[in-house]
Amino acid sequence: MSRSRRLQVGVTGLCLLVVVCMLGPVILPVPPGIDPAHSALLPPGTAVTEVVIDDGRTLVSPSVRFEGDTVVVDGPRRSATINRSQITAVRDTRFWLGSDRFGRDVLAQLMAGGRISISIAALAALIALLVGTTVGLTAATGGRLVDAVLMRLVDALMAFPVLFLLILLATLFRPGPLILVLVLGMTSWMGLARLVRGQVLTLRGRTFVLAARAAGSTPTRTWRTHFLPNLAGPLSQDTALRLGDLVLAEATLSFLGLGIPPSIPTWGAMVAQGHRVMIDGWWLATLPGFAIAALVVSLALVGDGIQERLLRGRS
Amino acid sequence: MRGLIARRVLLLIPMIWLVATLTFVVVAAAPGSYADTVDHPGLTVEQREALRARYGLDQPVYRQYLTWLGSIVTGDLGTSFVTREPVGRLLARALPPTLLLGTAALLLDFVLGILIAVGAAHRPRGWFDRVSTVVGLVIAGLPSFWVAGLMILIFALLLGWFPASHMHSVGADDLHPLASLGDLLRHLVLPAACLGLVGAAGTARYLRSTLLDIRGERYILAARARGLSERRILWIHTLRPALLPVVTLLGLSLPFLVSGSVVIESVFSWPGVGLALIQAAHARDIPVIMGITLMGAVAVLIGSLLADVLYAVVDPRAREDGT
Repeated sequence: MSRSRRLQVGVTGLCLLVVVCMLGPVILPVPPGIDPAHSALLPPGTAVTEVVIDDGRTLVSPSVRFEGDTVVVDGPRRSATINRSQITAVRDTRFWLGSDRFGRDVLAQLMAGGRISISIAALAALIALLVGTTVGLTAATGGRLVDAVLMRLVDALMAFPVLFLLILLATLFRPGPLILVLVLGMTSWMGLARLVRGQVLTLRGRTFVLAARAAGSTPTRTWRTHFLPNLAGPLSQDTALRLGDLVLAEATLSFLGLGIPPSIPTWGAMVAQGHRVMIDGWWLATLPGFAIAALVVSLALVGDGIQERLLRGRS
Repeated sequence: MRGLIARRVLLLIPMIWLVATLTFVVVAAAPGSYADTVDHPGLTVEQREALRARYGLDQPVYRQYLTWLGSIVTGDLGTSFVTREPVGRLLARALPPTLLLGTAALLLDFVLGILIAVGAAHRPRGWFDRVSTVVGLVIAGLPSFWVAGLMILIFALLLGWFPASHMHSVGADDLHPLASLGDLLRHLVLPAACLGLVGAAGTARYLRSTLLDIRGERYILAARARGLSERRILWIHTLRPALLPVVTLLGLSLPFLVSGSVVIESVFSWPGVGLALIQAAHARDIPVIMGITLMGAVAVLIGSLLADVLYAVVDPRAREDGT
């Protein structure tokens, strides 16, 4: 892949994933009263029939037989026989990515999991961005003592292996989605603080900033016209890569059973559940892994692409 | 040189103190007392008080902090809530398997990483370079637990070449020592391959760009002008200086060697430090988690010190300015 195309490919992949996941309920509506008892562990691409019954349930099965006045809905373990008069609608559809142990559509699950995983990573990155920028700016502008204290704190926090810190915090705080966002955000702002501090310190000594100040530019104006535009590039590159790390961290915690409660499907938890039925359903662990990789690789490409632009802009 | 080492070692002491303090602060700031984990609804009030007293949790926070610092200085990392085993002894038991796995993985990481990087740098933008770059990018994005699961599925469950988990087969103690070693090595293959592959992707990416930078140096042009073969130029004149920064990578790998990979060890039930950490997390065994976390952080600090010192040893330029 040529370097200049990286940004395009990355942004396209990222947008595609986010849009598909966010629009999941629109693209692939899951009927409310779905009864998945007859559709467990179907491989990707299986054609299924949805049978809507008048008591509000929807039965899904790969084999539905019409026998006179009754309809037989077959499943792997049990089959149901329904009177034809009870049926309100019959739809043919397909499990494009197969179904899980409980008979649920993997594609719909992936999109639901993606909504959770992407939102958590994005919110955590936002927190990291806020905290990191604040600490970095304070260190750069608050005098030598403040700088020394804050930077030693950053050094010490960065000494902890991230996953260890995450496991310690996840054990102490038993995360729901919001706590998890906080825990992830609070463990990943340190690199940003260093970056912002370094950038501000370098920029402050650059001649164009000195020239602006000498020409009577107010601090606010110098900040807006010289500091912010020069910070935006490195910050967005860092954030793209950080988002990838956060997606992986959230997936790892979910996989280890230390993420948000397992009742909420996330990509990491889906891989963990897929591992339990690896032989009967290879697609269950495989597909969420591809989803995670697609997201992380897209973000890495975006990060690389931005860096490329920055380097080109400088020379 | 000595000054550098002395200064870095002196700096290490306040950093270890800071790291230990942060570990304590995080735990003390958590909602509820961490004795809640040993609480049981069936306990009487007196029993609960006795428990809290045993773990020193009835003391004011600053006393607890001083006790914790004091015990760390004397090498006491606390006692597990669950098994009553001293954390130090638990670590001593979990460390050898982690070291074994880590060493095997690092070996694979560097050998494979160097081979791929040299192959890619041989013809930049050639087919091997393009393929290895894209594959490396994808591997870096794949979650390691997913790679591990796929390897188990293919090589353990479908092909049956290697065992899927643990370090020994059942009954391996009764085997002949050589057969027992073979059994251990067979168990080592899959987890080490997982870690090594993911690591090699990173090493290759890093080394490739260093190699390409060095190819532009003038002494490479000079070597070419002297009529040396491209192969010799690449393997000797380009690779050797490119390996200098890899030496620092060795130092930075120390934390990985002692703390292991939580994910790989838990997928393969490898009885090392990472598995101990995740088991402690599920049992909410706070002293064990604190002990392992602290050890991991100290390993990072010592590792980066080693990296700096090693770099100064192999690269005279890093010594000259007296830093």
